[in-house]
Amino acid sequence: MSKKTDANEVPTTGHSWDGIEEYDNPMPRWWLIVFYLCIIWGLGYTVFYPAWPMVNSATSGILGWSTRGQVADEIDAQLTANAAVTEKLATVELASIAENPELNQFAVNSGAAVFRTWCSQCHGSGAAGAVGFPNLLDDSWLWGGSLEEIHYTITNGIRNEVSEDAHYSEMPAFGDILEESEIVQVVNYVMSLSGDPQDAEAAAAGATIFEEQCTACHAEDGTGDKYQGAPNLTDAIWLYGGDYDTLLETVTYSRFGVMPPWKDEVGGRLSEAQVRAVAVYVHQLGGGQ
Amino acid sequence: MSASDQPSLYTAREPIFPKKVSGRFRNLKWVILIVTLGVYYITPWIRWDRGPALPDQAVLVDMANRRFFFFWIEIWPHEFYFVAGLLIMAGLGLFLFTSALGRVWCGYTCPQTVWTDLFILVERWIEGDRNARIRLLRQDWDMRKARLRATKWAAWLAIAVATGGAWVFYFADAPTLLVDLFTGQAASVAYMTIAVLTATTFIFGGMMREQVCVYMCPWPRIQAAMMDEDTITVAYRDWRGEPRGKHRKAHKDAGDVESLGDCIDCNACVNVCPMGIDIRDGQQLECITCALCIDACDEMMAKIGKPRGLIDYIALTDEQNERQGNPKVPVWKHIFRLRTMMYTFLWAAIGVGLVVALFIRPDLSVTVAPVRNPVYVTMSDGTIRNTYDVRLRNKHGEDRYFALSVASEHPVALSNEGVDGAEVLVPADSTKLQRVYLMAAPGSQPANSEATDLYIWVEDIESGEKVAKETVFNGKGQ
Repeated sequence: MSKKTDANEVPTTGHSWDGIEEYDNPMPRWWLIVFYLCIIWGLGYTVFYPAWPMVNSATSGILGWSTRGQVADEIDAQLTANAAVTEKLATVELASIAENPELNQFAVNSGAAVFRTWCSQCHGSGAAGAVGFPNLLDDSWLWGGSLEEIHYTITNGIRNEVSEDAHYSEMPAFGDILEESEIVQVVNYVMSLSGDPQDAEAAAAGATIFEEQCTACHAEDGTGDKYQGAPNLTDAIWLYGGDYDTLLETVTYSRFGVMPPWKDEVGGRLSEAQVRAVAVYVHQLGGGQ
Repeated sequence: MSASDQPSLYTAREPIFPKKVSGRFRNLKWVILIVTLGVYYITPWIRWDRGPALPDQAVLVDMANRRFFFFWIEIWPHEFYFVAGLLIMAGLGLFLFTSALGRVWCGYTCPQTVWTDLFILVERWIEGDRNARIRLLRQDWDMRKARLRATKWAAWLAIAVATGGAWVFYFADAPTLLVDLFTGQAASVAYMTIAVLTATTFIFGGMMREQVCVYMCPWPRIQAAMMDEDTITVAYRDWRGEPRGKHRKAHKDAGDVESLGDCIDCNACVNVCPMGIDIRDGQQLECITCALCIDACDEMMAKIGKPRGLIDYIALTDEQNERQGNPKVPVWKHIFRLRTMMYTFLWAAIGVGLVVALFIRPDLSVTVAPVRNPVYVTMSDGTIRNTYDVRLRNKHGEDRYFALSVASEHPVALSNEGVDGAEVLVPADSTKLQRVYLMAAPGSQPANSEATDLYIWVEDIESGEKVAKETVFNGKGQ
């Protein structure tokens, strides 16, 4: 502040509010300098960084920096930093991953990211599935729930025409094979396997039809066969629904659930490390065997 | 009005050359300067043994691991309310001191004041006192002026680097970081922080000084609203000093010495002022109440055989009393009044609350978050399973086992993902996110009802400390 020997030397703004007047002190010069520096800095910024809007895009700046490029750099840096552990994940014995806590944690965390990106569309972000898309949290597995089996299923997929090694099985549409009354009987029998049938008499009659038509895949006791992807009909879990109407539809028209192969070598989108990561992730969701 | 009559919109800073002064308040300021700077520079170097798993630096803000260490206290991120409490206490403390003693913070302890004081001290050592510095500014550049300026700036720069350097030591192990800084191994953010703080210290302490207080700092404006007629501030007893006059002898010869006040207009108070103001103009926004003018005036009054206190710490009520010849109000009555006592009470209440919270905070800290995507899973045998994310914090310097169990009206089974049995290992001074499953048998009450309240118990096996977290089990709702 300038030395004011007498405050009255400074003029006032000329206004008076309830007798209070305001001095019209000059502002400090360094404010002005800072203001000009800001302008210079701002002009320099527009030269070095993306700034001026043009017809199709903005000027890119002589540094060539962009937020998109920064993200790409960060991703590259992360991939480089993880290269060793990723390589290890892709090459070790599948069963030995669990014995290495650090590798296992890396697989779980990166698998969770892969799952949310590629798997959650059908299986849900919480892996709880939906009608026709299996719940991966429970202990029921159509094609097997060991780490190796899950890994195979993710690698090759199910009933697709891309991978030669995809799981394949096909349930006949029994509407073309059986009489409608026979279908009603077998549906009642299937319901009796895990609970109460709608019609006990029909269920008893359905046992014979089941033995003739269904046991090849679903086994004599109805517990299914994971090598054919045939569901266990005696448990509490139903992929499409265990009620009478749904079962009638399933038996009449059959089902044909498809999953794409994910491994890049057989036509998928994921590397071996990513397939393994998501297999480990799914395996530890609470139902892995 | 012609253009030449227009006052300039901008003015350059008028250089200020505070003269050396000695006295009681100057001595107090030296003590505070040494203590505050000493605390600032030395604290990161104090060691405090916490065992092998934890850093041995007494005061450390560990950003990477999200911990704050203060001697025997360790603050985790979920205990950040301690920091909020300390900030509230700091705010109330400033309110208290401002309402009682005016801008005492500004005058004695503000870093801007302390570092400026240090910079002026260095300036005086190198360039001499006020008159020598004024001469140096006005003279043309020659070798001597260049040498003095270069020496001064080098000394300031050294202080500024040390100031920025000390700051980063609070955020990493100081001895390691010191070596890293010199070998070029330290993180770039450390160098950038030092560079920014070096620049601000140099510019604010060396160049800007009072400009920071007058134009940049919001605190003086806030303080102005907190002062009242009992607040003690620095003031000039104009009823005693006026009319001021230098030429006492001439007056004496003329026989009218009685017509002059005590002020001999020696300008000692103006010359020592670091803000460049004349306190005799009355209270003004530039005044940081550093009291150096009091010291300067007292010295002068002693020389001319007058009582001290022509410029003094007084409140507005004192001024009114003295003018009317009323008895003086004792200082303690200015300080102990309802307002300051309320600030003190609030300040102390929060302080006591924080200390109590610090002592009763549990060593065992657990949070239980039910997983709601999905709310439950049906297993193949019809069992209903709920999943919980249980966060276990081990605040001890060694690995600990925690036993998890469930307390419910109806039987519910518990299992831990990836762990055999009920005991979960949590490594030293870390947090573990454990996924816990609760399972209700098919047809049981929890499996069929909408929601069942229950508790998850966690026990620290070694200390036996237990904690229960209430949570909810979601069933099929039939």
